[in-house]
Amino acid sequence: MSDDLIQTNPWDQLRAHTSARIALGRVGSSLPTREVLAFGLAHAQARDAVHRPLDINDLKQQLKTHGFRTLQVHSNAADRNSYLLRPDYGRHLHDDSRVYLEHELAAPELAIVIADGLSAIAAQRHALPLLLAFREQFDTDWPNTPVVLAEQGRVAIGDGIAVALRARLVVVMIGERPGLSSPDSLGIYLTYQPRLDSMDSQRNCISNVRPQGLPYAQAAAKLDYLARESLRLRLSGVTLKDDSNLANAPGQATAMVSSDQPPNDSLQIPE
Amino acid sequence: MNQTLAALWASRLGFTAIQAPGTATAKAIQSKGLQRLHYHRHYTEAHQLPYQTSIGALRYRFDDLKSLLGKASPARSGDYLAGLAAATYEERMAAKMALAELPLKQFLNEALIPYEQDEVTRLIIDRHDKQAFAAISHFTVGDLRDWLLLDSTDSQVLAAVAPGITPEMAAAVSKLMRNQDLILIARKCRVVTAFRNTIGLPDRLSVRLQPNHPTDDVRAIAASMLDGLLYGSGDATVGINPASDSLSTLMRLWQMMDEVRQYFDIPMQSCVLTHVTTQIQAIEAGAPVDLVFQSIAGTEKTNSSFGINLNLLREAHQAAQSLRRGTVGDNLMYFETGQGSALSAGGHHQVDQQTCEARAYAAAREFNPLLVNTVVGFIGPEYLYDGKQIIRAGLEDHFCGKLLGLPMGCDVCYTNHAEADQDDMDTLLTLFGAAGINFIMGIPGADDIMLNYQSTSFHDALYLRSVMGLKRAPEFDAWLARMAITETNGKLRDIGRGHHLLQQLQRISGAA
Repeated sequence: MSDDLIQTNPWDQLRAHTSARIALGRVGSSLPTREVLAFGLAHAQARDAVHRPLDINDLKQQLKTHGFRTLQVHSNAADRNSYLLRPDYGRHLHDDSRVYLEHELAAPELAIVIADGLSAIAAQRHALPLLLAFREQFDTDWPNTPVVLAEQGRVAIGDGIAVALRARLVVVMIGERPGLSSPDSLGIYLTYQPRLDSMDSQRNCISNVRPQGLPYAQAAAKLDYLARESLRLRLSGVTLKDDSNLANAPGQATAMVSSDQPPNDSLQIPE
Repeated sequence: MNQTLAALWASRLGFTAIQAPGTATAKAIQSKGLQRLHYHRHYTEAHQLPYQTSIGALRYRFDDLKSLLGKASPARSGDYLAGLAAATYEERMAAKMALAELPLKQFLNEALIPYEQDEVTRLIIDRHDKQAFAAISHFTVGDLRDWLLLDSTDSQVLAAVAPGITPEMAAAVSKLMRNQDLILIARKCRVVTAFRNTIGLPDRLSVRLQPNHPTDDVRAIAASMLDGLLYGSGDATVGINPASDSLSTLMRLWQMMDEVRQYFDIPMQSCVLTHVTTQIQAIEAGAPVDLVFQSIAGTEKTNSSFGINLNLLREAHQAAQSLRRGTVGDNLMYFETGQGSALSAGGHHQVDQQTCEARAYAAAREFNPLLVNTVVGFIGPEYLYDGKQIIRAGLEDHFCGKLLGLPMGCDVCYTNHAEADQDDMDTLLTLFGAAGINFIMGIPGADDIMLNYQSTSFHDALYLRSVMGLKRAPEFDAWLARMAITETNGKLRDIGRGHHLLQQLQRISGAA
């Protein structure tokens, strides 16, 4: 495609400061073809991220290779459509899965949950490297710590899993709502002594975990800090502050007010 | 709708059709309600009308007014999620037919959420203007639709009647309307507000410039702001959704926007969309706060989940007014709303999401806002499933807000897990141009890199101006021409590398 037809913007050097779609140029009042296609591609990737299923067998095999104890469960949402329309289904552990977990060896301290959430590729790509970095830092009975793979899960499915496995602390690693420029963002939610009626204000969240966002090592350091403090203080959520001093990281550790939304969502959440 | 979805939705039924021979018509029964003209602060079951209508041999009965409203609503996922939607297409029509026969006065007799339990209900009842209502007090909901569509019901008539219309009446009549009705009537409603420029004049469209960044990087935000100004956007407000809630970070954002405004003498107003309590703190700390932002909803319980109440909004409103920063007007509140927020917070009291949304406008109306923005597709597909539902909801919100006398704009938007795309946004945007919307969003390339959703772009605003012949706020249009950003006819000029704004803005904002 020729650039001759496009009215370009002489401030394209400002793109160095932001990933926002600035200085796109125009044809008449409209977007040039190349920008329409670039946007279309990003949207296609985000849509695929929402609908692509988690490759459970592949992830399970990789976890086993690294010596993790893996389990597999399903939420009450039978498929993606039901998951999208009924958030309550995704929050609840299916009865068959609950019974299965109750007959398993109890969690020694932590239960780790890896859930597809709204982006299975986030879980597929980032959960294992993050978990490996966390294992390096955090001292617990790792060989017996269950890593539970949850299909069609939302954040609160971790509560039912933790109760069934008698865990003190649950760490949910879940695919976040995909953005146009971040289809594979992983969120981490930490809840101390979860119950089936745990409130979102009892959770801590680390958001935007991916190499272009909050890198694994920094996310693992934050998680290590929050997990240790949570077990020491016997609490989590708004009363547990993130003082891990990792300033200026592009991700955020925040006490949660509402799940299934980014923590900085101004419509939903009082800041 | 595919099979799975249909099955899923069908499983959410509260099917209330009963086989019975028709005795009295709904209209005859409801006419008894006309005797009750005074305002009830305590309502009981005895005050409720039996809501019913017959279609053939089938009589449809609806438990109460809120159930009737829920079942009369056009289909949307949030009402199915709440278990409030009609079970069948015919039941939905039966509910609309019963609603059409309902006297408007019944909305003053039967509170959807009890007066004692909810301060938004108290606001609606206490502020209701009986004199303004007199012109329509003899109407049913169906009559109201017909009357609103009359040519003789013009802008002046609509403005005069607005204080007599409750949010529930507005929601009810919207449920009987087709999209073209929502557009036609909203277009007749004129709501003009002002701060440093004038928004909502005929054949004008303003844009909120939204230059967000995930880490609130001032250089990045300034870059997006510059992009927007050079594309002729920003007259509604330049409003940043910050990622941080740290006051020192936010102070820098207010200061940067104000320095840019003053240096270039831009007739615009700025806003940082943080919690209202943080904005009060910022005012106390000396921040140059033009507009006060807050997300609001239609029930006390939902507002409480946002950490706000009406008194807190009054406090913030007064604090900002005391700064006297407006030059051509003193409308300074900026509210955001959106269908589904009440259900999402568990604060909907079994009231359908569109009616809850309209009730939020009663709260907004109390503060003579500059801008009210319905963020229509942001919340996700469990509330508005696809483009069709988002488009319908956007038109309903704009209509209800305008009918109640509010300066409505819309964040025409969707998330990546909704069945929608930019084509749906184009459609809704164009419909809003026809409906005379006060303002839309302008985001670089329609992609908000902080909030992770898609909205409308600076280019989209230019498109709408072009096809609908819409100008900007007059003060802002004059400034753009003065700055050689636009021709005198409002069209963008070619911007050279040496343009004044381009040269200076980076320096002012510390972006160099």
